[in-house]
Amino acid sequence: MRDFFVHSVFFGAVLSLAAYELGLLLKKKWRLAVLNPLLTGTLCVMAVLTLLQTDYADYNAGAKYISYLLTPATVCLAVPLYQQLSLLKKNLKAVIGGITAGVLTSLIGVFLLAKLFSLTHEQYVTLLPKSITTAIGIGVSEELGGIATITVASIIITGILGNVIAEDLCKIFRIEEPVAKGLALGTASHAIGTAKAMELGEIEGAMSSLAIAVAGLLTVAVAPVFAKLM
Amino acid sequence: MKYLKQFGIILFVSFLGELLHELIPLPIPASVYGLLLMLTALCTGILRLHHVQETAAFLIEIMPVMFIPAAAGLLDSWPSLRPVWLPVVLISVVTTAAVMAVTGRVTQLLIRRERRREK
Repeated sequence: MRDFFVHSVFFGAVLSLAAYELGLLLKKKWRLAVLNPLLTGTLCVMAVLTLLQTDYADYNAGAKYISYLLTPATVCLAVPLYQQLSLLKKNLKAVIGGITAGVLTSLIGVFLLAKLFSLTHEQYVTLLPKSITTAIGIGVSEELGGIATITVASIIITGILGNVIAEDLCKIFRIEEPVAKGLALGTASHAIGTAKAMELGEIEGAMSSLAIAVAGLLTVAVAPVFAKLM
Repeated sequence: MKYLKQFGIILFVSFLGELLHELIPLPIPASVYGLLLMLTALCTGILRLHHVQETAAFLIEIMPVMFIPAAAGLLDSWPSLRPVWLPVVLISVVTTAAVMAVTGRVTQLLIRRERRREK
């Protein structure tokens, strides 16, 4: 039976979708921010793989067809952005100011905490690109001499975390403007945060999509400077 | 047929993004090039909204599920993550909240200041 899971082409994809559906159900039932379908879905997949003693690679042989859609989906983020273009032009200064402040906060924050935990240079540069989208983050990490697998892990943890805390955090800090919410989500937790921003509204989603690209590119430019600090 | 055509266009733009990624030696992924290309195509009128709209909305709606395979991959990176997991998690928690709060507050401050000036 285990052999069957190992060789099945559809197992990974079905498990991912079923886990996500289960996550949606749980969320509907209890309405808690922690019951984020992405988080519960992921934990559910991990639990099933561990229980069935199936390798991640065998699961991913089927699940990769779901990940395959990630690039086209990111390309599609241009559509809501295009629809909110006039809003973007109107708030251009605020948008650029907000994203720049966020990117600097991320880099300075990682620097200070890395000092606090006395991390090595290698560990420090590994975490520098943690707030930006995975594909850019891997590139930055490798260029600075970081460990790509840990970078990816921290990017995913950051994304899920941002997705989960966004609504409460915006309430606590009284962030009410849809443009501000969207940029906050996209700058802090890239595409996974954007998935949440899309649920909040069209403006939030569009601004979050914009922040993925701008924060990513800005980090590419500034991270090498920060890498020299430690 | 509408959906197939739209999906074809979206994949074609993704492909062009891949091509740029191959040609330009910067750590910028195909998806970001593709996003910028799609935006340019819509702004210049090369593509109209109806060429991509419904399929784009569908793909964006199901986007969260696309992160599950990568996130479950944390199982595989656990051996390299284990020795540093505590600082990694703490740094992630603190900076994510800080970045979100700062970005949101700064943006909101600038928007509201601009609005007051207009009045």
